[in-house]
Amino acid sequence: MKLRVYLNFDKEKVTEPVIWQLAKEFDVVTNIRTAEVKSDMGLVGLEVEGKTEVVEAAIKWLEAIDGVHVEPIEQSIVEG
Amino acid sequence: MFRKKGRFFAQEITLSESIVRALKCRECGQEYPIEPTHVCEFCFGPLEVVYDYEKLEGKFTRELIESRPQNMWRYKELLPIDGEPKVGANNGFTPLIRADRLAKTLGVKELYIKNDSVCYPTLSFKDRVVAVALSKAVEFGFTTVACASTGNLAGSVAANATAAGLESYVFIPEDLEQGKVLGAAVFGTNIIAIKGQYDDVNRLCSEVAGKYGWAFVNVNVRPFYAEGSKSMGYEIMEQLGWKAPKHVVVPMASGSLCTKIDKSIKEFIKLGLIEDTGTAVYGAQATGCSPISKSVKDGTDMIHPVKADTIAKSLAIGNPADGFYANRVIKESGGWCEDVTDEEIIDAMKLLAETEGIFAETAGGVTLGSAIKLLKSGKLPKDESIVLCITGNGLKTQEAVINEVAKPRVIGASLKEFDVLAEADGVKSNS
Repeated sequence: MKLRVYLNFDKEKVTEPVIWQLAKEFDVVTNIRTAEVKSDMGLVGLEVEGKTEVVEAAIKWLEAIDGVHVEPIEQSIVEG
Repeated sequence: MFRKKGRFFAQEITLSESIVRALKCRECGQEYPIEPTHVCEFCFGPLEVVYDYEKLEGKFTRELIESRPQNMWRYKELLPIDGEPKVGANNGFTPLIRADRLAKTLGVKELYIKNDSVCYPTLSFKDRVVAVALSKAVEFGFTTVACASTGNLAGSVAANATAAGLESYVFIPEDLEQGKVLGAAVFGTNIIAIKGQYDDVNRLCSEVAGKYGWAFVNVNVRPFYAEGSKSMGYEIMEQLGWKAPKHVVVPMASGSLCTKIDKSIKEFIKLGLIEDTGTAVYGAQATGCSPISKSVKDGTDMIHPVKADTIAKSLAIGNPADGFYANRVIKESGGWCEDVTDEEIIDAMKLLAETEGIFAETAGGVTLGSAIKLLKSGKLPKDESIVLCITGNGLKTQEAVINEVAKPRVIGASLKEFDVLAEADGVKSNS
């Protein structure tokens, strides 16, 4: 499966190689489609591809990191 | 067009041809055909409807618009539907009130309230966006529509869907105000309460949207949905006598309304319907959920997601999808942002009710409360025209003020008892 997510990085996580760690930890293909990095925050549009259970575990791993906010692209919703 | 008794009548309404060109990525500019999709496949940027405005040149006139029924579709050429609306044909065209009593209290020269707390049919501005989203959903062939909602959208989707014979599912946080739950459930919708915050509701809805193939108004038909907000801006300009205000204060959840009010003004200027008077757009948020306000005040364009904690639940989106674009509109237009505490929200709701007779929901308190702060700080000038956008009705959020207003004084059905009460109030009788 392919899953598209936005990753928001807090200030303390901006300089950490989180996406490299993700690819080392899980058998997934990571494809950065957009990115903006500033001193106090980072934003990455990432595609994660692999076996369904592996992709799901990879996303859970990301979500468990303090200072990294994971938002599925389809979740990016206007006001309700 | 022909004249009759000094008025123009649109005899030949030949503008039903859609001027919608495509969906366009707001980041990389990639264009896509008109389909139920909202994300650029290339860079994941959000998609927006773009138009061939030149097709309207010389045809889309003030006279044509004025000749049409008073609803949001009098501007239909600038809304992304094919031909006539399929849903919500009577929505929109709410009053623009000259708020002189409130203006006097605030020391402001020219103050208006765009009162969408009386928008048809569910008393919030969401009836505008839903009318466009569901019309487009019908065009696309969907028979089930859905939404993730902080309340107002749930009611609007439920009502407009049922009136159009569509099946609907609405997803809400479980702690929503009773008035909003009832205001959706009464229409016979499938109402699902999710344990968690609005951001948790979103997460589930993204999965449901992908799996069930419904038209989620704020997911896969979002680019069309968002365009409906422009009708609020068009109406303000027409009701002001075909001019834009110098300043407009807009409540922000995702930030979408802010960007669409700005877009509506730019479109009217482009089409020659108004002069460019340099309207400044101001954003209002609750302090308990103010990521856009904070980004503007901090001088950055990046939005830090927050965990929402405010009584203004309709604005409680911690990770605003259009925050970056709202930030840009506010800065480029010369506006500013402000945010207010729950206490300030309640005070502003009461002030609006007691001066202008308008009972707005908590988001209205956010708008007025923020405007008051902007006036005090000098960011918002007192001697130029100001429009406050009120987007929802206070009857839906009664919990916020139920303990803040005077309780009825109970007396027997006796003139004597009333005389005692009147005397205590200093009221004189005729005899």
